[in-house]
Amino acid sequence: MLDFPRWKVISIWLVLLAGVALAIPSLMPDRVARQLHLDGMSRINLGLDLQGGSHLLLEADTADLVKQNLQKMEDTIRTEMRRGDPKIAIGDISTSNGQLSFFVRDVSQLDAAVERARAQTTAVGVTGQRDWNVAVVDSTRIVMTPTKAGTADSIDKAMKTATEVVRKRIDETGTKEPTIFGEGTTRILVEVPGLQHPEQLKALIGKTAKLEFKMVDMNVDQSTVTAGHAPPGDEAVPNVREPGEAANAPVRYWAVSRRVILSGDDLIDASLGKDENSQPAVVLKFNASGGKKFARATQENAGKQFAMILDGQVLSAPRIDEPILGGTAQIHGSFTTDSANQLAIALRSGKLPVALKVIEERTVGPQLGKDSIHAGVIASVIASVAVIVFMLVTYGRFGFYANLAVVLNIFVILAVMAILNGTLTLPGIAGFVLTIGTAVDANVLINERIREERRRGRGIVQSVELGYKEASRTIFEANTVHAISGLIMLVLGSGPVKGFAVVLLIGICTSVFTAVTFTRMLTAGWIKRHRPTEIHI
Amino acid sequence: MRLLKLIPDNTNIGFVRLRGWAFGLTALLTIAAAVLVGVRGLNLGVDFVGGVMIEASFPTAPQLDKLRGDVDSLHVGQGNLQSFADPHVVSIRLPIPSGNDEGATNRVVNNVKSSLAAKYPGVTFNRAETVSGKVSGELIRNGLLAVFLAVTAIAIFSWIRYEWQFGVSTFVAIFHDVLVTLGFFALTRLEFDLNIVAAVLTIIGYSINDKIVIDDRIRENMRKYRQMDMRALIDLSVNETLPRTVMTSLTILLALASLLIFGGPVLRGFTAAMMLGVFVGTYSSIYVSSSLLISLGLSPQLSEPKKKSGPPDSAERVG
Repeated sequence: MLDFPRWKVISIWLVLLAGVALAIPSLMPDRVARQLHLDGMSRINLGLDLQGGSHLLLEADTADLVKQNLQKMEDTIRTEMRRGDPKIAIGDISTSNGQLSFFVRDVSQLDAAVERARAQTTAVGVTGQRDWNVAVVDSTRIVMTPTKAGTADSIDKAMKTATEVVRKRIDETGTKEPTIFGEGTTRILVEVPGLQHPEQLKALIGKTAKLEFKMVDMNVDQSTVTAGHAPPGDEAVPNVREPGEAANAPVRYWAVSRRVILSGDDLIDASLGKDENSQPAVVLKFNASGGKKFARATQENAGKQFAMILDGQVLSAPRIDEPILGGTAQIHGSFTTDSANQLAIALRSGKLPVALKVIEERTVGPQLGKDSIHAGVIASVIASVAVIVFMLVTYGRFGFYANLAVVLNIFVILAVMAILNGTLTLPGIAGFVLTIGTAVDANVLINERIREERRRGRGIVQSVELGYKEASRTIFEANTVHAISGLIMLVLGSGPVKGFAVVLLIGICTSVFTAVTFTRMLTAGWIKRHRPTEIHI
Repeated sequence: MRLLKLIPDNTNIGFVRLRGWAFGLTALLTIAAAVLVGVRGLNLGVDFVGGVMIEASFPTAPQLDKLRGDVDSLHVGQGNLQSFADPHVVSIRLPIPSGNDEGATNRVVNNVKSSLAAKYPGVTFNRAETVSGKVSGELIRNGLLAVFLAVTAIAIFSWIRYEWQFGVSTFVAIFHDVLVTLGFFALTRLEFDLNIVAAVLTIIGYSINDKIVIDDRIRENMRKYRQMDMRALIDLSVNETLPRTVMTSLTILLALASLLIFGGPVLRGFTAAMMLGVFVGTYSSIYVSSSLLISLGLSPQLSEPKKKSGPPDSAERVG
């Protein structure tokens, strides 16, 4: 065991030096790091519990997505059956029980109808399964059911788009360094350091921002329209609640044509503007085809009203006084500057393919984080000094080696975390305490074993050798067990438990290196150089 | 230089002799803990029951009763107010407002914040958390599953690595540690949240570490002294590892004490739980898991071909 080849000694020191060098940027305040141009290096991020900020967990309304898909398929089937050659007459189309079913009038066309419906389905995933199942029931009726693979695929796609849209919306507000990523199959996690009032953010993300322009049915007395009751070809859409309106006031409904003249998909820009009364408004700019559609619709429907519908609510229903040819429009309603700006951002970043709901929300004030760090640092320094002194008075030179190992271990853990771009949270600090505790324990085990072997009358070299050998077995076993529980926590744990597990797992690996290999090298070097006749341990 | 030796050389304390007493104490503690958890229940945080939590920091410690009245007068549901360690800091817990409307939660939080700010000038809000029932259900399930799987996996490891008796005794001992820790939380009404799950896992980690050290020594001595009686062998192993046990627990307690005193209120529940865990874990290594090895019939002779099973007393004399 005294045999430490030179290359080994050099590489051990190099690893430790690299650890210290990589850990240093994380230990500096931001300002200092920037001055020294070290802010480009990987650093440890502080968790929201340490620096303050908001954490939002959003969940997609998948039931709504499935419903949307059914509706879309219904529209497609209607047009395809009508448009194709020969035209296939269908009736009694319905979307209940999560399936689309319709009746083919001419039985001889049934096969052609199935063929045409099948052509609307696509292969998804690795198995190439179709996204819809097409079946014939009672030899006249076609039933289309979304397959599991199809639903999963559409949720997956919607979540990807939704994550992007959320990112765009948050970026537009100028928020710095938000963390946005998908969690599981239907969730998005948003963390914004420093944000204290998440209400605006929630409002912004909560909007689906599905914008549609539809004609108001001028043949209907609008005051007679109620929820769910509109003439054929029309739908009843509620009016948005005006601010200041009593919460229990009856909701006003509009009968509008089902046909969409123009939708948010044709937008190229939306911005905050002012209307003729200097009230805040949202100015919309359409792309070429959108502009053309809008121009045609306004030419054909002069004198009529059209409804601007956002997320299923009528924002306003202006009268078309003259054709609008410029490809721009203005939404005015009762906006404040803030709400108009928010709507503009939401429209600019596109509509969310699926509605998102906040299911978990945490906001930590900046002072709490600061106090926690401050208290944590003081406590750690005191704890370290106490442990170091305790080890020194108990094991002398061997205690000094152990202390050196523990200090270097802290640097190496920080370095690994910085390389992994890890996040340090309060439970992570607790993980640190446990790791350092077990690292100290490793050295206690070794040193106690050396004492024991000395007491049994073995020679110095043999005692040290045996001490390391026997203790290493125990340390290995203990670390294996820690690794097992650490891995389980990492996989199953949420948030804080995960933060704890990451530090624990890193610490297990690094502490074997510092507490066993490194101290053995120091001890071996000392014995080789000085050939002591007695050791104080 | 004379070095510190906490445990004199050749200490030989008859730990096993006190086994009967210890068994009574263990049973008492475990039953008390189970009753406390069952009857009094844990003070589960919003992480596990769902709801709204607002933590407010007051410049002067408020009277909880008056504050409770102020919150109740807002008609935002049955409020639950608590103050731990630091009387300036009060956590206010409210149920999630009915209805799916997200604005409702915002309104409740803002309502409480603004009316408290008006009545208690200088109040600041450290934290505001809203956890829906769905998420809290998942969190409690995942937390329980993580603890259960961790303990089971560790027991299986001990079983594979040594004999099955080590697996069983470790499992029982850790179960005991977890139960006593939960009893402590039920007794003190400290808030039990996700961070505390991490603390419970740390306690398990520490306890298992301690058991591995002693088990490993028992195993080593079983190979060395084939004729020794199990009781004497366990006493020998515990005494041999005693300096390490004392040294390590003292070091960790030293570090934890500084966290408890200087570490700020956020970590206090966490640290208190860990300190208790160090005591409980050390105790259960000797009096639950090691004692159980005797009851489960583990003996050094087992690894030998079974030619004789002489009276244990004579075996001790030979060893």
